[in-house]
Amino acid sequence: MRSRFGSPVLDASARLLAPFMWLFAAYVMVHGHDSPGGGFQAGVILAASIVMLRLVRGGGTGSGLSSRGALTLACAGPLLFGGIGIGSLFSGGNFLDYGALPLPMDPVQVRVIGTLGIEAGVMLGVTGVLVLIFDVLASWDDGTV
Amino acid sequence: MIGRLTVLLLIPALVVLLQAAAELPAVGDGTSPAFTHVAPYYLEHAHEETGAPNFVTAVLADYRGYDTFGELTVIFTAGLACLLILGTRDEPSRPRDEETP
Repeated sequence: MRSRFGSPVLDASARLLAPFMWLFAAYVMVHGHDSPGGGFQAGVILAASIVMLRLVRGGGTGSGLSSRGALTLACAGPLLFGGIGIGSLFSGGNFLDYGALPLPMDPVQVRVIGTLGIEAGVMLGVTGVLVLIFDVLASWDDGTV
Repeated sequence: MIGRLTVLLLIPALVVLLQAAAELPAVGDGTSPAFTHVAPYYLEHAHEETGAPNFVTAVLADYRGYDTFGELTVIFTAGLACLLILGTRDEPSRPRDEETP
């Protein structure tokens, strides 16, 4: 998917749409704490916006996230999740016991922060993996990896 | 022959499954086993303990955080497997690819 597809109209529409999709992904991730939503859904929305940019603008610099960046995100997500878990383990709690994290706040609020942190990890991981799969399939199509 | 045998074997299995399904507790039955073990604890304590207004989030991300970590690991492994299976076309160690541009 290295070649561009579409027209100036498509290009402009995609560029207009992408920031709002990122905003909506952030909303779904943060508001998933109070309502249906969460990291998985937000990651899929984020990945959909990047796949849209890749389809319209090609896989070059204008598509928001490079293939290598997607791989980095795919690894960073589980690392963030596991890092929070290990961090609470080393702070005296159990694995993934967010209340033990050494933050200067009420323990319940620390748990909220920990939950948000793991949701962010889930979102980054899902985004990276989905973009990665898309890139691999697209490169299989046109012979470049 | 095999097809008829399969159908003949499937009919008793269907009868057994329907019989078992008739014995399941009704949807929303408060006395069913699913609602009598940890569910009351979650409903009573989730808000104070985790600070989450949404019980689904409290269970998914906090009480069962280990489960969610496993889910993320499954997705990560799937992406890695896709990369390993499909993404090895122009590996530099393979001389055949160096010849073909």
